[in-house]
Amino acid sequence: MSRKRNDGTMVNSRLIRRPIQRWFPVFILPTFICFIIGFIWPFIQGIYLSFCKFNVAKDAQWIGIQNYVKALSDPGFIHAFWNTAAFAVVSIILINVIAFAIAFALTHKMRGSNLFRTVFFMPNLIGGVVLGYIWSLIFDGILKYYSTYLTANATYGFWGLVILVAWQQIGYMMIIYIAGLQAVPEDMLEAAEIDGANGWQKLFRVTIPNVMPSITICTFLTLTNSFKMFDQNLALTGGLPQVIQNGAKINMTELLALNIYSTYNINKNWHGVAQAKAVIFFLLVAVLAIVQLTATRRKEVQQ
Amino acid sequence: MKKALAFLVAAMMLVACVGCNNTTTEPTPAPTVDEPTTTPETTPEAQTPETPAATGSVYYLNFKPEADAAWQALAESYTAQFGVPVKVVTAASGTYSDTLNAQMGKEGAPTLFQCGNAQGLADWNDYMLDLTDTAVYNEMTTDEYNLHDETGAVKAIAYCYESYGIIVNTALLKQAGYELTDITDFASLKAVADDIHARSAELGFDAFSSAGLDPSSSWRFSGHLVSVPLFYEFRDDGVTEQPATIKGTYIDNFRQIWDLYITDSAANPTSLSTSTGDESEAEFGQGKAVFYQNGSWEYSNLVLREDLGFMMNADDLAMIPIYCGVEGEEKAGLCSGTENLWAVNSQASEEDIQATLDFLYWVVTSDEGTQMLADNLGAVPFKSAKVPANSFCASAQEYAFAGNYNVAWAFNHTPNVDSWRAGVVTALTAYTADPSDANWEAVKTAVVEGWAIEYAAQNG
Repeated sequence: MSRKRNDGTMVNSRLIRRPIQRWFPVFILPTFICFIIGFIWPFIQGIYLSFCKFNVAKDAQWIGIQNYVKALSDPGFIHAFWNTAAFAVVSIILINVIAFAIAFALTHKMRGSNLFRTVFFMPNLIGGVVLGYIWSLIFDGILKYYSTYLTANATYGFWGLVILVAWQQIGYMMIIYIAGLQAVPEDMLEAAEIDGANGWQKLFRVTIPNVMPSITICTFLTLTNSFKMFDQNLALTGGLPQVIQNGAKINMTELLALNIYSTYNINKNWHGVAQAKAVIFFLLVAVLAIVQLTATRRKEVQQ
Repeated sequence: MKKALAFLVAAMMLVACVGCNNTTTEPTPAPTVDEPTTTPETTPEAQTPETPAATGSVYYLNFKPEADAAWQALAESYTAQFGVPVKVVTAASGTYSDTLNAQMGKEGAPTLFQCGNAQGLADWNDYMLDLTDTAVYNEMTTDEYNLHDETGAVKAIAYCYESYGIIVNTALLKQAGYELTDITDFASLKAVADDIHARSAELGFDAFSSAGLDPSSSWRFSGHLVSVPLFYEFRDDGVTEQPATIKGTYIDNFRQIWDLYITDSAANPTSLSTSTGDESEAEFGQGKAVFYQNGSWEYSNLVLREDLGFMMNADDLAMIPIYCGVEGEEKAGLCSGTENLWAVNSQASEEDIQATLDFLYWVVTSDEGTQMLADNLGAVPFKSAKVPANSFCASAQEYAFAGNYNVAWAFNHTPNVDSWRAGVVTALTAYTADPSDANWEAVKTAVVEGWAIEYAAQNG
């Protein structure tokens, strides 16, 4: 039981540490059970159901990989994938660049920067569905002057969603960047200045390498957020317009999560297919996130 | 030693959790007496509150938000009288199938639910009790709209009928110098509407209320309006079951009536994409439009609901058929049919099934129940039904008595209905903003090709 001591913390007292070491299962168990009931078990069941034909979960029938074959041969799903990929690329760049720029501006001494931080952060407090409806009103209100409307074509819907999500998430990422920027050592910047570095050089050679951990976490969040985008998508366009291409229906502004949702709602023959799509979706997001994490982690510097 | 004790305590907590869980999910104590002896003939009314109709309980997953309050009151009254718990839950508008799916997967699933059409029957057949010769079924006046499975067993019973058509404000019509009898087909409807639209500035009202294509309104067209040309096509082709493909024979008639809706109206066609059902209803309710396509369910909103503030005079309201220029349509009636069918959950416990059947019997036979049905649901096909106050149901009766044919609900055959309608609305919205032939071609594609695609998806 004599592990390496974790010095300098209050918890280090024997009186506190020993009971915790002995009784930790009692403290962990309730959460662990919740985790199993609320996450692990549904997850396993979800994977199982993706190989089944079912209406409600309790009358599932094993049918093998049929669902996966159907899922991957669905042009709507493929379209939703490319849509999502494009959306992710655009929104990651847009959100992170703007959030960083705002954070950079707001960490410099200026009047009312606290007020601005609050204002920029606020959109985050509004739920996705509400935002979707509000923005659809705004976009339709504007497009009305040009005798058109949001779901008239896929381009409006796509950029509408990008604007909405940027508006919502920039504030959040900004907060993370502000925290990162404030941790950049003052003396390093000063040293760079004395060595004759100009503003850009200081930004790219000192500041950015130092905020790399924030960039890692922000790109990770924006990446997974864009891939998992659902409520905003549902409320803003609901996937419309729907067009018929080569004998198949495609919802032009549908992203992956919404595609899974609408597949499930076709009828009971599609419940398993939707489940299979969800498993593919999970693998995709997991792999992408891990790749992205390792890629940006490598660029982080030790202070 | 102490560590082992910790694990022991943890294990006990786990057991306790499971234990709690078990006791809560245990069904209510099963009765020792055999229930089936409670034949439906012993009407609950005859029983005293000391001997409840059944030991089970009723859980009705209601489909119509507008009738929710009435059902809640009825359920409360039934419980007060007979001590049988009746729970009524209403799914939010447009989410019935989601809600049903979620509820059916749970313990304490609904004992009474809605099965609107053949698709519902296909999805839920395993959960639907054979209602043949139940007391409530024996009270019915017609079997026409019930749903039967392939063996002919009655699986869902239609508990009310609805009609839709073009609602007319006859007072305004008179003000414009016309009578209801002046409108007998598409040509006369168009003549009247065109004239009213032309004089709208002077009259202070227009012909049609806005044909909004917001989801709250678009179903009136992607569901109900398009059903009229489809009805004629199916009648020509002798279609009685869901066809795999359709031809769109009368698609140009659909265009005619749609053009009339969007031209002879105060609304700007380009703004219709986001115009809502409430807006359209308000235009009609406030006397700004003579015609408003909707159904008999609108009666309470237009006449009875004080909070909406229309309070129209019931005598000024009538409903006429949707004319679209098809040969012989002077003999058309309203579009009557139903998506309101009850199904009893066969996988519920025996007591709950019995309680549900007793409740249904009481609803369709008791004074209180039939009054509620007449007030809230209109035409009801049960022997003890009361005459509905609804003027639109009265219009439907009139056409039927005059021998006009019923324009049956062709949309009941629609495959994968939500997605099909979404496609039609997309195309119709594009056409409305820019009524070109090419855009109409897209509407036709959405209707005809969309049908085949959805049929394949549904059965795929």
